[in-house]
Amino acid sequence: MPVDYLPILVMIAIVTAFAVIALTLSAMTGPRRPNPTKLSPYESGMPPFGSARRRFSIKYYLTAVLFILFDIEIIFFYPWAVLFRDLGWFGLSAMGTFMLVLLIGYVYVWRKGGFEWD
Amino acid sequence: MTLDPIVITLIEAVVKTIVVIVALLTAFAYLTLVERYVIAKIQSRIGPNRVGAIGGIALLQPIADAIKMIFKEDFWPSQADKIIYTIAPGIAVGTALLAWAVMPLHPSTEIFGYRVDFFIADVNIGVLYLLAIGSLGVYGIVLGGWGSNNKYSMLGALRSTAQMISYEVSLGLALVGVLMISGSLSLVTIVEKQSFIWNVVWQPLGFIIYFIAAVAEVNRLPFDLPEAETELVAGYQTEYSSLKFALFYMAEYINMITVSAIAATMFLGGYQGPFGILPGVHWLVLKIMFFIFVMMWMRGTLPRFRYDQLMRFGWQVLLPLALANIFITALVMLVVGA
Repeated sequence: MPVDYLPILVMIAIVTAFAVIALTLSAMTGPRRPNPTKLSPYESGMPPFGSARRRFSIKYYLTAVLFILFDIEIIFFYPWAVLFRDLGWFGLSAMGTFMLVLLIGYVYVWRKGGFEWD
Repeated sequence: MTLDPIVITLIEAVVKTIVVIVALLTAFAYLTLVERYVIAKIQSRIGPNRVGAIGGIALLQPIADAIKMIFKEDFWPSQADKIIYTIAPGIAVGTALLAWAVMPLHPSTEIFGYRVDFFIADVNIGVLYLLAIGSLGVYGIVLGGWGSNNKYSMLGALRSTAQMISYEVSLGLALVGVLMISGSLSLVTIVEKQSFIWNVVWQPLGFIIYFIAAVAEVNRLPFDLPEAETELVAGYQTEYSSLKFALFYMAEYINMITVSAIAATMFLGGYQGPFGILPGVHWLVLKIMFFIFVMMWMRGTLPRFRYDQLMRFGWQVLLPLALANIFITALVMLVVGA
């Protein structure tokens, strides 16, 4: 029922208000004595060089793609799990086939060294 | 005088939300003290014992910390992306708090002839909502790291994101076994069905996988690589000060409470006592405290994983185990004909 979600909307509003108040309070209280050294990025006392936004390892990208793949799979699992008692052996074989297809990709990534970080 | 049911729902929601948020913030404040004290005892130190001490425990320490945090200087690094840098802690703490919207805290009771439900919302997709909100929590961290424009923050945020999304997969799959047994996604129904036997009896493997993945999800030792002090200073929090830092800290502790509460609700019967003894919120609190104590104990005992070990463990051990758990559960259910 849509009305069940009303309290969640109320909570979102209150939590947002809380976050905004906390962030505003943080900006208003306390001293404000900026100087160039304080405002420069912290690099263990060394003078900072370059921007932090440089190229980073492709592994993070691969992990993100794998995550999307398996996260969508979880979404498929949930309704199946809830109705599992009604689906019985048919449900198990259907999900088994789906998993088999997915596992081929999983084994491929494994053999290609997609989970190795060095 | 009769009120519109929608108005009653709204008033109820506001009151419950405020009670839950205040309770969580108090719990957060005192958890910092408990953690310092427990870790000190594990390491044979004295621990905090100055501010408002009663029996050697500094009971007013959290309040002193809060006041100090509020009156510290709040600054914006010159190279930071000001807007992203500012809203990131808000997102982190907001998503941490929102997970509590669907948590059942106590059985519904009649008070003055009026039925009171001790949850903010009972939606029929409760578990899915929890996972969705949990995924949003990553945004606070990745935006904080990106917005700071600091190399340590950036590396910490990247590591943290990769770790959290990797373990989220196992976390989600570990819960599927419980859903198969309960046949519902509503947390209230799941708890009600555990009134006699807790799900952990049928799902021991799922429970262990969930707990390991949850510890990784909240970036606690032995999975605290995002904040590995020796390499990354403080990870994504490096450039934060004042209340913005406190908000990140708050998010981390509230997430600890949340994953403990989910573990208690899904596997240990939530507010149900063993064999239906005196169901009530005290059981839930006890179970949450147990999980949090275990996490602190792990922090005091275990060394940190190496990053390649962490990723390999998540993808090559936990994920296949979680999938196997689902299929074993399915087979057992079909063969026994439950």
